[in-house]
Amino acid sequence: MNTIITSKIIITMLIPMITGLLVMVSGKKPNLRDSWSTIGAILTFVSVLSFLPVIQGGDQLQFTLFELYPGITVKLNLDPLGTIFALVASFLWILASLYCVGYMRGLDEHAQTRFYVCYAVSVGAAMGAAFAGNLFTLYLFYEIVSIFTYPLVMHHQDKEGYAGAKKYIIYLMFTSKAFLLPAMVIIYVLCGTLDFNSASIAHGIFPADADRFVVGITYLLCLFGFAKAGIMPLHNWLPDAMVAPTPVSALLHAVVVVKVGVFSICRVMLSIFGTDILNETGLGLMTAYFVSFTILTASVIALTKTNLKARLAYSTVSQLSYIVLGVAMLTPNSITGGLIHIANHAFAKITLFFAAGCIFVASGKKDISEMGGLAKQMPFTMVAFGLASLSMIGVPPVGGFVTKWYLALGTMDIHNWILLCVLMVSSLLNAGYFVPVVLKAFFGKPLPADEGLTTSLEGRPLIMFMVIPLVITGVVSVLIGVYPNLFLDLINLMVKS
Amino acid sequence: MENYLILNTLNFPILSLLLIIPVVGAIVAMFLRGETLLKYWALAVTLVTTLVSLPLWTNFDKTTAKYQFVELRHWFPALKLDFVIGVDGISVLLVLLTTLVMPLCVLCSWTYIKTRWKEFVIVTLLMETAMLGVFVSLNTVLFYIFWEGMLVPMYLIIAIWGGARKDYASIKFFLYTFTGSIFLLVAIIAMFIKTGTFFIPELMDHSYSFAFQMWVFLACAIGFAIKMPMFPFHTWLPAAHVEAPVAGSVILASILLKMGGYGFLRFCLPMAPAATVYCMPYLLALSLISIVVGGYLALGQSDIKKLIAYSSVGHMGFVTLGIFLLNDAGIKGAMLQMLNHGVTTGALFILIGIIYERTHSRELSDNNKLGMFMPIYVTFLGIFSLSSLAFPGTNSFVGEFLVLFGAFQDFPLVGAISILGAILAAAYMLRMLQKMVWDDSDGHAHHGHDDHGDGESHALFDCNAREFIQLAFLTIFVFWIGLHPTPLLDMMDSSVAHLLHQIDAGSVMPEAVEHGSTHHALLENAGTWIKNLF
Repeated sequence: MNTIITSKIIITMLIPMITGLLVMVSGKKPNLRDSWSTIGAILTFVSVLSFLPVIQGGDQLQFTLFELYPGITVKLNLDPLGTIFALVASFLWILASLYCVGYMRGLDEHAQTRFYVCYAVSVGAAMGAAFAGNLFTLYLFYEIVSIFTYPLVMHHQDKEGYAGAKKYIIYLMFTSKAFLLPAMVIIYVLCGTLDFNSASIAHGIFPADADRFVVGITYLLCLFGFAKAGIMPLHNWLPDAMVAPTPVSALLHAVVVVKVGVFSICRVMLSIFGTDILNETGLGLMTAYFVSFTILTASVIALTKTNLKARLAYSTVSQLSYIVLGVAMLTPNSITGGLIHIANHAFAKITLFFAAGCIFVASGKKDISEMGGLAKQMPFTMVAFGLASLSMIGVPPVGGFVTKWYLALGTMDIHNWILLCVLMVSSLLNAGYFVPVVLKAFFGKPLPADEGLTTSLEGRPLIMFMVIPLVITGVVSVLIGVYPNLFLDLINLMVKS
Repeated sequence: MENYLILNTLNFPILSLLLIIPVVGAIVAMFLRGETLLKYWALAVTLVTTLVSLPLWTNFDKTTAKYQFVELRHWFPALKLDFVIGVDGISVLLVLLTTLVMPLCVLCSWTYIKTRWKEFVIVTLLMETAMLGVFVSLNTVLFYIFWEGMLVPMYLIIAIWGGARKDYASIKFFLYTFTGSIFLLVAIIAMFIKTGTFFIPELMDHSYSFAFQMWVFLACAIGFAIKMPMFPFHTWLPAAHVEAPVAGSVILASILLKMGGYGFLRFCLPMAPAATVYCMPYLLALSLISIVVGGYLALGQSDIKKLIAYSSVGHMGFVTLGIFLLNDAGIKGAMLQMLNHGVTTGALFILIGIIYERTHSRELSDNNKLGMFMPIYVTFLGIFSLSSLAFPGTNSFVGEFLVLFGAFQDFPLVGAISILGAILAAAYMLRMLQKMVWDDSDGHAHHGHDDHGDGESHALFDCNAREFIQLAFLTIFVFWIGLHPTPLLDMMDSSVAHLLHQIDAGSVMPEAVEHGSTHHALLENAGTWIKNLF
């Protein structure tokens, strides 16, 4: 592995930030403003794509921007793990920016400029987190994401919005200040640096003689510090944050924000602690059991929710823990399964949220019980929804199957039947809360008021802005199930090193 | 004497000029007429002072711990009392902070101060000389003169241009600080009797008995702790801040509070090292209490100025915590934190002044939903609030991180408790930000935009160019220190190393080691003790 020092990698982070500025100055011209978002998104994706060959060749890109104190720098380092996250997030931003146009204009939302600015900056900060080369940089961008998504959550500026946003910021800020900050300081005291060990996932950065008790405490602080990952008991902010407009729930609460959390946990486990130390202290297995609780409990709660977005929110909580579970089992197969779920879950869950938003704008429906026979009016939307549900459940050949396959292999590698059972039960639960929605939409009885309505709701131009992205993401989530090689190869580069 | 000093090599007496320019400016101001002329005169004088001070930054020798730019004039030979001024790595940044903040104090009073501009200009300029004098004095008598010299102008600023309870606040301020200074004077005289010199570097080098050190330490520490202000001497600060005019608050927050920290570093630590080591656990405990109590009280305030005032108590707690950790990271962090607090809290008080001029209220509930009317103002408010809660990438983060690093290095338990302060800072700052920018929860809009027809009189216009310049100027420092603090840390480097050397050398006294080690052991073992619980 070679490390190439290049300032080019700042571009990926800068484009969204500049997009935010351009959106701000062109706030009075909606068409120009919204095209800036899309152009910014496309450029961001292209810039990530341009680094892909180098990363696939086994090299890494690095650049140090500022030095605060010896060992504490603002440093970008692009490795395969970061590439996966950056690719997924930037690609989905393109679709989400189109979708936003349809949604925000369709509902005639207020303060759209503020919305687009915060949206772009949040994505930019997520890119920064993906590219982070040390814990401080990760923390910096993690916090920027928290601050800039706050206005998005309270976008409606009503009582619910304020309450949800307050909870959101309290959960995220409290955990990062109370747990992450001391964890970072302790790591710095023990290791003298905060730089990730991106060369090998086995060794981490701790000196061999580090006190295992302190390492354990630090690990727990990190695990709870990244509350964005939605691991129980710190998951409560996520369902409440669903008061935000649906594009926010879709991109941010299915892809960017929560993935920054999960990505950070994976990053810390693999590049700060390393699999050796986690294995030796048993922290890996402990984490696996711990997140298993989240996987099952959140699924059960999802079963009880009748609001579609709330059900999706709890499903997110549950699915995020798959990623952590995979990494926590610490075998090559399980890590592959966990990390590839970053992509699989992103494509599937954004499709589901897009569909929920589309249904709301087109028909004004939020509750699952009202959606009987909806597939007649919105066939494309509901087919995509069905595909994405299959991915969540883990049916071949959709993306989620690859995840579950590798996770199951992982449980067998460590001969742990408890975790295998967790996987099986949770798949059943996933089916339990998604299948009824799909069945209802295709075969259910419409509400009396909707009786006999068969006219398509998807034909209006603004609705098209929403349907097309969600069809694309739905199709992609099948494609990455059939051809998972792009992501698998990248993960192999990490796991094999 | 000369081996402590590097005489000024610039072709002009830079430090004397810094002290003289404001005084001359004040004298000239006596003969000027017309408010506008006085305003511009004050601005010009403070700006010239700033310009004159800049060579301190460019020509400072970072490699030595000696005092630089020194000017030495014989004064009272009989008492071996010389007029000697100079700066080292500990004071130079505070001098620069003072000269940079003073023009802002004039600018932020531009429309805020409505009466007696002549007196205001004179008092403000005299204040500048006194504050600079404190930082550059290398002689305890000179130090004390300037130290007391600050008291009167500050008293006048609060008592003349203050708010409704200005009499109470100004008297309280005066009595608290003056009581502290009395103890300081006693210590200065006692040290003179013991050593026969007023020259600070010589006083540092003299080795005193442990008992004497304890008395000196306590006398100085009370004076500085009041100035800081440290719990339980902090009650004068909220009163003074709330009643002071905006310039008064800025001077208080940005510079006056730093005197306490500077005093600790200049007097207590090097002159009474054994006593410092002995008292360290108590001062660490008081610092922790300040951090938590300050933060906790700030959380409950509905008056924005009071909120920021209590937050200062918490921030200053971090400063004393850093100082008394007695390690490199802690002291550097504390010094950086003093500068950061000067920049950030100064800016926050300017911001409060701006909004007070528009709504005539400092209540949170009267100043909400500003995001809709004053986007530029709110942007700055956001930046400085985040800086105040030590958001990564801003100035306070670096300072706080260094202090925490110092704490976790030696006393993990202390570090763990101080994290509480960081959490509280996030809580009260975000609460303030949320209420001011968005919330209109009590449902009544005060600004007369929507229902009242009298909107014209208190229309909420956004920042004007003058206000924008002040805030933008301080914003540069927020990000500069936040992302590239290395030049500042380099300037402190030699002096802090020297200070730590003085403490190490001075604290190896049998009696002190005995006392000190038991306390150390207690703190150090706390971690192992907790560990054994599991």
